[in-house]
Amino acid sequence: MDQLHTWLMSMAGDAEPWASYAKYLPKLLDGAGLTLQLVVVSGLIGVCLAIPMALMRVAKSPWVWGLPYAYIFFFRGTPLLVQIFLVYYGLSQFEAIRDLGWLWDEVLSQPYWCAIIAFTLNTTAYIAELFRGAIQSVPRGEVEAAQAIGMNRYQQYRHIILPRAFGIILPAYGNEVILMLKGSALASTITLLDLTGMTRNVIARTYMSMEFFLLAGALYLLIAGAIILLFRGLEHLYSAQHRQPRLAAKGLDPQLRDQHLDDPS
Amino acid sequence: MTITRKLAAVLFLSSSVLGLAHADTIRMATEGAYAPFNFMDNAGKPQGFDVDIAKALCAEMKADCEIVTQDWDGIIPGLMAHKYDAIIASMSITPERQKAVSFTDPYYSNVLAYVAPKDEAFPIAKADLEGKTLGAQRATIAGQYLEDHLGDVANIKLYDTQDNAYLDLASGRLDGLLSDKFPAYDWLKTDEGQGFEFKGDDIDIDDKIGIAVRKQDNALRERLNKALSEIVANGTYAEINAKYFPFSIY
Repeated sequence: MDQLHTWLMSMAGDAEPWASYAKYLPKLLDGAGLTLQLVVVSGLIGVCLAIPMALMRVAKSPWVWGLPYAYIFFFRGTPLLVQIFLVYYGLSQFEAIRDLGWLWDEVLSQPYWCAIIAFTLNTTAYIAELFRGAIQSVPRGEVEAAQAIGMNRYQQYRHIILPRAFGIILPAYGNEVILMLKGSALASTITLLDLTGMTRNVIARTYMSMEFFLLAGALYLLIAGAIILLFRGLEHLYSAQHRQPRLAAKGLDPQLRDQHLDDPS
Repeated sequence: MTITRKLAAVLFLSSSVLGLAHADTIRMATEGAYAPFNFMDNAGKPQGFDVDIAKALCAEMKADCEIVTQDWDGIIPGLMAHKYDAIIASMSITPERQKAVSFTDPYYSNVLAYVAPKDEAFPIAKADLEGKTLGAQRATIAGQYLEDHLGDVANIKLYDTQDNAYLDLASGRLDGLLSDKFPAYDWLKTDEGQGFEFKGDDIDIDDKIGIAVRKQDNALRERLNKALSEIVANGTYAEINAKYFPFSIY
């Protein structure tokens, strides 16, 4: 970042407002790095937690689906800002929490981990609900076929239902990651210097709100673009796994192609 | 009929606009969200140091005064739009604002002070602050002061509101915070503030607080200045000061 700063400054010279951009762009990039980190870490933990939660959620017994139902209801039904404040400012009100030793010193007193916890809890609820929908929309016939060849419940989930659900969920999950990217701007309210927090600090100093908010917006757009591309790639890879070798000869008049051979799904 | 009505309306409007500077009802705006300087009491009426000073000035000028409240963001635009004639809302006199409005002589001076737990020795020397976590509100002079003077040694955290900085001080996430001294004095009197106190000397940042008026209303500005020097001379100011702070803030 220091090298980038020196280089930008040499390009900009003393010309206002270019000198300001050169001076503060590396800071904004630092902030973007933290934003990306928050989204990736909470997104990955979120998926891991969401799978068992979704499986519980589709169970028949209310004793099993009751808890995940309440969890999802709460975290989808309250604003992310409220959740962050509850984790960061709320928990710290209690003496008992502050006396937790390591857990307080290294985790709950740190804004970084509070943000990760809040984002993870929030995104888990959304992803679990996506998974529930995906599991329930796996075609009935495929499950019956699995039963017919003698698969037990575990095998059905392992080999048929979950792989299908992953495929169904991917586009919606990409959407959720982008929502999380934008939601992560709220990390700035608990003193984290993510892209938004850094931008607000820079503006408090330079009073160039229009310029730096536009710059921050452009950086968010770049990150969102990268996420979209990543998920396009994933969707492509995933459907390739399930794609059978194309049977149709190339260059044939499409009118003559046999539709069900071209498109095995 | 309608023409005479319109004419009357225009005459009435223009006389009320032009006449403001001379009329003896002076409307003063305050924010009502900066205790103890200006805040709303239980009855929804503005109270505080600013309001008391405004009333004392009006009594001195023998003018009728009306105190109105206005959100901070729109307080200078409202003055320009003749919604009121003066702003007495703990407003710092800054070159940026002086481009838009003119200010009376300062009626108090803002200083910064550190607040930290009573039972902790709080080092003010820069070298001893190494690795400490210090907080302030974002986009304030205190926040900038920390970043400029201690950004390289201490861990600086900036908060959206002063209240959030207090919360983190109380929860032990902050070793200390830097803030405008007088509002912090008010917090130290609350239950949450009991374990904390001011540390070290005040930091004078040459922040003078004045009453803002429209640039063309120089007559009003002069009247306010004259009244201000009189209430300082006759002890009214000291009386109001003592009501809020045991030390002089002039």
